[in-house]
This record gives sequence, structure tokens and C-alpha cells, in this order.
Amino acid sequence: MPARFSPIGIPVTLNRRRFVQGLAAGGVLAGLPGLLHAAADRAPSTVTGAAPVLRGTEIDLVVAESPVNFTGNPRMATTINGSIPAPTLRLREGDTVTIRVTNRLREATSIHWHGIILPYQMDGVPGISFAGIAPGETFTYRFKLEQTGTYWYHSHSGMQELTGMYGALIVESREGEPVRADRDYVVQLSDWTDEAPMQVFAKLKTQSDYYNYNQPTVADFFRDASTDGLKSAIAKRKMWNEMRMSPTDLADLSGATLTFLMNGTTPAGNWTGLFRRGERVRLRFINGAGNSFYDVRIPGLKMTVIQSDGVDVEPVTVDEFRFGPGETYDVLVEPKDDAYTLFAQAMDRSGYARGTLAVQPGLTAPVPALDKVEWLTMADMMGAMGGMAGMDHSAMAGGMKDMNHAAMPMQHNMPGMNHGAMAMDHSQHAMAENPLDKASQTVRHARTEYGPSTDMRVDMPRTNLDDPGIGLRNNGRRVLTLADLSTVGGPIDPRGAEREIELHLTGNMERYAWSLDGLEFGQSTPVHLRYGERVRVILHNDTMMTHPMHLHGMWSELETADGAFQARRHTIPVQPAQRISFLVTADALGRWAWHCHLMFHMDAGMFRQVVVS
Amino acid sequence: MNTLSILAASVLVLGAAPTLAIAAGAQGQHVMEAAGAQPESGASPMKQAAAPAAMPMGAMDHGDMNMQGGSAPADARDPHAYSGGYTLDSGKYALAGPRQLRLADEHSFGTLLVDRLERVDTRDATSTAFDAQAWFGRDYDRLVVKAEGDYANGRLEEARTELLWGHAIASYWDAQLGLRYDTGEGPDRSWLAFGIQGLAPYWFELDATAYVGNEGRSALRVEAEYELPITQRLVLQPRGEINLYGKKDEANGMGSGLTDATFGLRLRYEVSRQFAPYIGVEWNNKFGQTADLARAEGASTRETRWVAGLRFWF
Repeated sequence: MPARFSPIGIPVTLNRRRFVQGLAAGGVLAGLPGLLHAAADRAPSTVTGAAPVLRGTEIDLVVAESPVNFTGNPRMATTINGSIPAPTLRLREGDTVTIRVTNRLREATSIHWHGIILPYQMDGVPGISFAGIAPGETFTYRFKLEQTGTYWYHSHSGMQELTGMYGALIVESREGEPVRADRDYVVQLSDWTDEAPMQVFAKLKTQSDYYNYNQPTVADFFRDASTDGLKSAIAKRKMWNEMRMSPTDLADLSGATLTFLMNGTTPAGNWTGLFRRGERVRLRFINGAGNSFYDVRIPGLKMTVIQSDGVDVEPVTVDEFRFGPGETYDVLVEPKDDAYTLFAQAMDRSGYARGTLAVQPGLTAPVPALDKVEWLTMADMMGAMGGMAGMDHSAMAGGMKDMNHAAMPMQHNMPGMNHGAMAMDHSQHAMAENPLDKASQTVRHARTEYGPSTDMRVDMPRTNLDDPGIGLRNNGRRVLTLADLSTVGGPIDPRGAEREIELHLTGNMERYAWSLDGLEFGQSTPVHLRYGERVRVILHNDTMMTHPMHLHGMWSELETADGAFQARRHTIPVQPAQRISFLVTADALGRWAWHCHLMFHMDAGMFRQVVVS
Repeated sequence: MNTLSILAASVLVLGAAPTLAIAAGAQGQHVMEAAGAQPESGASPMKQAAAPAAMPMGAMDHGDMNMQGGSAPADARDPHAYSGGYTLDSGKYALAGPRQLRLADEHSFGTLLVDRLERVDTRDATSTAFDAQAWFGRDYDRLVVKAEGDYANGRLEEARTELLWGHAIASYWDAQLGLRYDTGEGPDRSWLAFGIQGLAPYWFELDATAYVGNEGRSALRVEAEYELPITQRLVLQPRGEINLYGKKDEANGMGSGLTDATFGLRLRYEVSRQFAPYIGVEWNNKFGQTADLARAEGASTRETRWVAGLRFWF
């Protein structure tokens, strides 16, 4: 329902187009009714669309409520220095910065510097790194910048990130920027809901598919039956229904409650970046959304990805990339025409964020239609097993064979990969190679994964990194995958893994419960890393959703299933039924957070504490 | 009509029985014979890749894949194995004082769902029926209140109210334990209640409860619902219910054995997920002694009911 809900859900009259597209001028106050007037008198309206830039080594940030209006309904946002996004901090490598954060909210707040390597007391996670910033208090962050690149910062308290507290943090190289670009824009994607985020969460606890308006229907069934035959239509649904899983469970929230924003601007508002013909433009894409994966492309332009999570990668040219909350990608483009659309559709295809690159303000380019919703495949549910079904026709029920036509990349990749893995397994015994050269393939579910907190377990995960993911496979465009990323200069630590830690990403969609190893945060114990050790982390996804896993304080050095270094990240997306591994050097003493960066999954308990000592 | 309701009842009984057995054992296990065509013995390369010899993954060795439910094998990984003795609030670098960071898994939520609030029209009478369920608590333990009843001619004809503790026992199942209180035109009755509620394979919502009352009374109530989305907003909801009583309760018009079965179809339009008006039709049939008692009172033993109402929650 594209509408705001009164307490029992009767929609308040609202024009659909305006809701989906948003208001053209999101931050401008227009006719605030009663209650908000008082607040509005005190707080000037939120600046959106053009985040101010702050430089230097001394920075003051003030967190306060300020009014916004993205949909026609005035709401209060939590903002930093009164803007959405928050000011872009342009800091310099090697500098020690002092950032004073003053809390003018009626509740505690915090700021986490996402991806920045710093002492744990400065990391900004209330209850782990510090006590948080109480109302009226000022907390002084001080840390030295020992890295370069595009990062971001956001609140780590409650749902404040979803209500406006996010901004870009760019660390400039002391030796000058190695990449030449004539223009440099931050493109920060986020999402907004007029509802109170905890109310949204509570609704999902009651009905987890509340916001999914792409559910399989009887009408779909008859359409399938008439095109593919009755048997095929039944087969297509059998496994899903038998297992009580939904093939369109692509996102927990959707355009039914979210307005998708680009630099704090609605699609109708159309954030615009200017360029002159022949210029080279650097776009620093940051996914600062609360709960949305975005598929980003610029029709008519190739994008050359040069940085991922702030770290330089060997340039790779693509048409499109997917990224989840927490991830960043820097790309170079060389626009030749007058105008191009920056198009970022939500993974569930329920809406999009949009902006424009143009030679002058006011120009627009066509906005593409949303791609159609694709059903998850058997490979998304069963990993390698789903792919194998395609090869072994005698093994599976008719339903699975039928489904595997859709489960494409894995069908081709996985068997080869498995054979390779097998060969290695044998050689391990025969030649006594170091068993830690590559990630263990042995699936070890935690004993707490066999209870009410999980709804499935994957016994034969897929380990390939070259799958763009559901909705992007075979779409005719060159889509970035993790396999395309190669960090310049290799790993920061040449050592191999000394030991392995295996964690399973788990959940129960029907109960809307999210956890690791089947244990929510409240029942968990920390993961202990010995100071200085090099450890391999295996993340094994026992759910049908992609989880952007963010480890605070230390880099996650992604590797292939064969143990070859791939890329240095701070946030690693793990696809459904995928098993992925990375190496961590435990060089940061203290306590750290480690969680899924989908806010609702994090808040549901898909969260661990890490102790380095 | 009669055939329909009998059919509905038998479907319910047949459908519910195996599910009940499964859920009672906290299993809800979904076994997929995925690799059924592979040889049972011998070194299948696939098996080696997935389950090296060191890991006795029983299910795998038999060529099955257990994706849901089941119980943990003896050598399942300890989820606390990496803790090194640290806890969330003790050990080096822990903040002083009690743990501050508490996420939603440690908060309580609650909902009141009025599944049916409807005007009921039969050939002889009109009445108002309600069927609501509320819960409050966390994911795995919650307080559950169920209430169902009928008003006619300004009087409460019958009502059943249950106060239960719900405890999650499997992925899709909660066990419930508590009290039931019946009131209405006949004498009031109170019962101990024990049941299960959850989601059976193929998305059947099932609620089955056994009751023990005083004076040797016993009862069993099984209710099943299904949600069939015609479009994203138009939902057809078939619903069935059967009641069995262990002892005749003449004052309340109940015989022993199968007393009655109901099968209904409701078509609702979800103005929002939380607010949906509907129309529907329901067939009710009384059986055995209960039917005899009804006949003796001059009441009918089968009824076709036309209903119109609201489904809402908040």
C-alpha cells in the first residue's frame, strides 16, 4: 500500500505518484500541521540534496531533530548539523582529527566512523566502545587517519541511521589523489520511511511479509499454467510451499513504506551533478540505507570501478553493480551526452532512487523502467545442491529440475568448483599440505541452528564469487561481482590463516528472527581473537537473503574458495546459500561490533561482539 | 452442503494428524531426497566434497538433505566455542556496569488480531461473531489470549476465552499451555488447555488444542486456515474447524464424540495489511449426539451462514 498508515492501518489519502516519487523539494517545509509547528519554529528545516563539506582537523557536529518532508507528510528526522545527508567530512591522511559531537536529542546518540581503523573507544558503538552520548552531552572523538578513500559515518544508536543520521567521510591522500578526475561527487543512497522505524519492525514481527507486494498469487499461477503447462506451474511452486518459504522474499521493507533517496533527494527531486563534456567524473557511491540493497547503473555510460570500501582495486569496467548498506564503490565515468540518469533500483524492484548527471541544471535523461521481479532460485535456497540438480536429472523431483533452468550461473560454476575442491581434499591427505591454505569446505552447523530460531540450513553451499545475485543474472548487462574485485597491492598481511572461525548467518523469516549460529545477540558470547593473530572467518549463509556483514575495527580480506586473495573490505555481502571466507589480522585491541548492516537484521540480533586481547 | 462439511472435516483430520505427530516431537523436519539417485555406498565424489570422512553427517551419507527442523547431531558445533571465556559484559575491555546494549531480541512486542468480526446470517437468525487472538512477549515465549464467541439478540450466546503461555518448540510451531473458560447461555465450563499452533508445510495455519475439564470432561479443537492471494490485495481464506468432546454435556448441547465441523470461505480485500473487509459463506454441521440434541430442541443440524465482516490487527 503506497500510503501512510493510521494506527489501525487505514491509509490516509495520498497520491500514489507523489509517494513513490517523493516531493520534488524534500527538505522544504510546506504547511506543517499543528504538532510539528512548535518544533518547526525552533528547528530550521533540514537541508537536503547538497551536504555541506567540512575540512580540517577540528570538527563540530550537532545531532538534533529537524523537520523533513519527503512524501507530502511532514516528519521529524534526526540529523547531523541539520542536513541529510550529514556534512561530507573531507579529512587528510596522517592527520589526527578531533570531532566534537553534541547531542541535542531527547535520547542518547552516537556516531560510528564506518570503515575507519581507529582505537576501539573511538568506534562509537554504545554499549561496546563507549557509553553513548547522553542528551545535552558532547563527546570528543579523536583519532589518527592512517588510510585513504571513501568511507562514511552514521549513528549506531537505535534506528537513528534510518531517520537521517548518515554522511560521507573522505580521507584524502597526503601525496595527492592518484586518480585524476575533473569532478568528484559523493552519491549517497539511503531510504526513508514516514513510519516510526520501530513500528515498522513491530509490524514485521507480526507479519514478516507485510511490505511484500510481489507475492505469488493465484493469478500468477494461472498465467504460468497457461504458458508453461499446469504440471510445470505446480512444480515451480511445490518446493517453496512445502518448505513454507517465499520465492519473492527479496527485501523486508519495500516501496510500500520506503522512499528511496539519492543524496537526501527523492526521485522526483532529482539530485543533479554537473559536468562539462569531455570531463572525467568520479562518483563515490555510498550505500547508507537502513535496509535496502541497490542495483546501480547509468544507462549509456560504462562505469570503471576503482575503489571498493575505500580501498583501491584494479580498475574494472561494468554496466551495473549491486551494493548493500555499508558498502561503497568509487567509479569513474566519462559522459559525452548532455544528460544521464543515475538509476539505483531497490533489489526487490519496488522502487528506485534516481539522480542525473547533466551539463546544465534542469536537464534530464529517460528513467528506465524497473526490472521485473525475479523469483529466487533453488540455488539461492540450497546452494550447490540447487545447481547440481540441473546436472543430475534423475536425482530430483520434477519441480526442482524445472526450477533449475532459472538457477543459472551456479549450474556452470559449481560443479567445476566442487571437483576442484575434491581434488584438493584428496591431496590434503596424500601430501599433507597445510589444511589452512584454503577455507574448510566441511559444513559445521551450530547445535543452536536446529531450533525455532532458524527456518533452514544449507548443507551444500555455493562458494563461487562470480554470481551477481538474484535479479541481475543474465540481464544483458555487465554486472560487477566480488570475483571482479582485486585490491591493488595485495593483502595487508602476507601471513596465512592460523585458525578458522565459522559463523552461520541464520534466521526465521516467519518469526522475523535474525541471528548468527541460531543465537541472537542477547544469548550470544563474544568471538575472541588473540591479539596479533591472522584468522580465517568463514561466513556461511543459511538464509535466502543477502547479508552485508560489517566487522568493525579490522579489515576483512576476502579470498576465493581456493584461498587466493581477492579484496580488502569492511563490509562483505554474503549471498543466499553462499559460503564465503576472509582473513582478519587481529591487530586492534578492544571490543568491537560485528553485524549484518541491514538495520532490522542487526536490531533483531544478527550481531556479535568481538574481543581482541 | 452436508457433503462439503464432512469433506472439510475429514481433510482437516487427515491433514492434521501427521502434522500434529511431527510438531509434538518438535521436529517439523523437512527431508529432501535430493541425492536419491546416487549410490548408497561407494565414494561418490559429490559426497566427499560436501561431507569429508571426518564429518559423520548422517543425513548426507544417506543421500538426504535436511534443510529444516531435525535435531542437532552429537558433534554439532558449539556456538560459544570461540568465546575464550569472555561474555558480553565481563572480561577485558568490557564497559563497567550492567550490559547496556540490548537489541530487539530482548524486547517485547505484541499484537491484537481480530481475525473475524462479522455479521452472520442464517435462514433463521442473524448474529454477530468474533474471533480474536492477542500475543505479547518475545520470539520464543509469549502470552497468548484467544477469544471467540457469538452474540445474538443482544445476548452472549457462547464464548470461549483462552489464556495461554506460548513457547516456540520448532521453526514453525509454538506449544501452548494454559486455561480455557467457556461462558454463554449454558453453564460455564473451565478447562486446562494444551495445544500447538503454527504453520504446516504448504502454508496451512493450524491451531490444535486438547482440553481437560472437571467432572472428567475432555475436548479437542482443531482449526486450520489457508491464505490464498488472488491478487496482492484480494485474499481468499478457506477455514475449517472441528470439535470433539469426550463426555456428553447436555446443558451445553454437546454430545460426546465429534460434535460439529465448520468449513468457510472468506474473500477479503486488504485495504492495508492491517485492515480488510470481507464477505463469505460458511457451512456448519452437527454430528451424532450433538445433532440429536439439536433436533430435540427443534434446531437445525446443518446451517449455511452468510457472513460479512472485518479482519484487522494492530
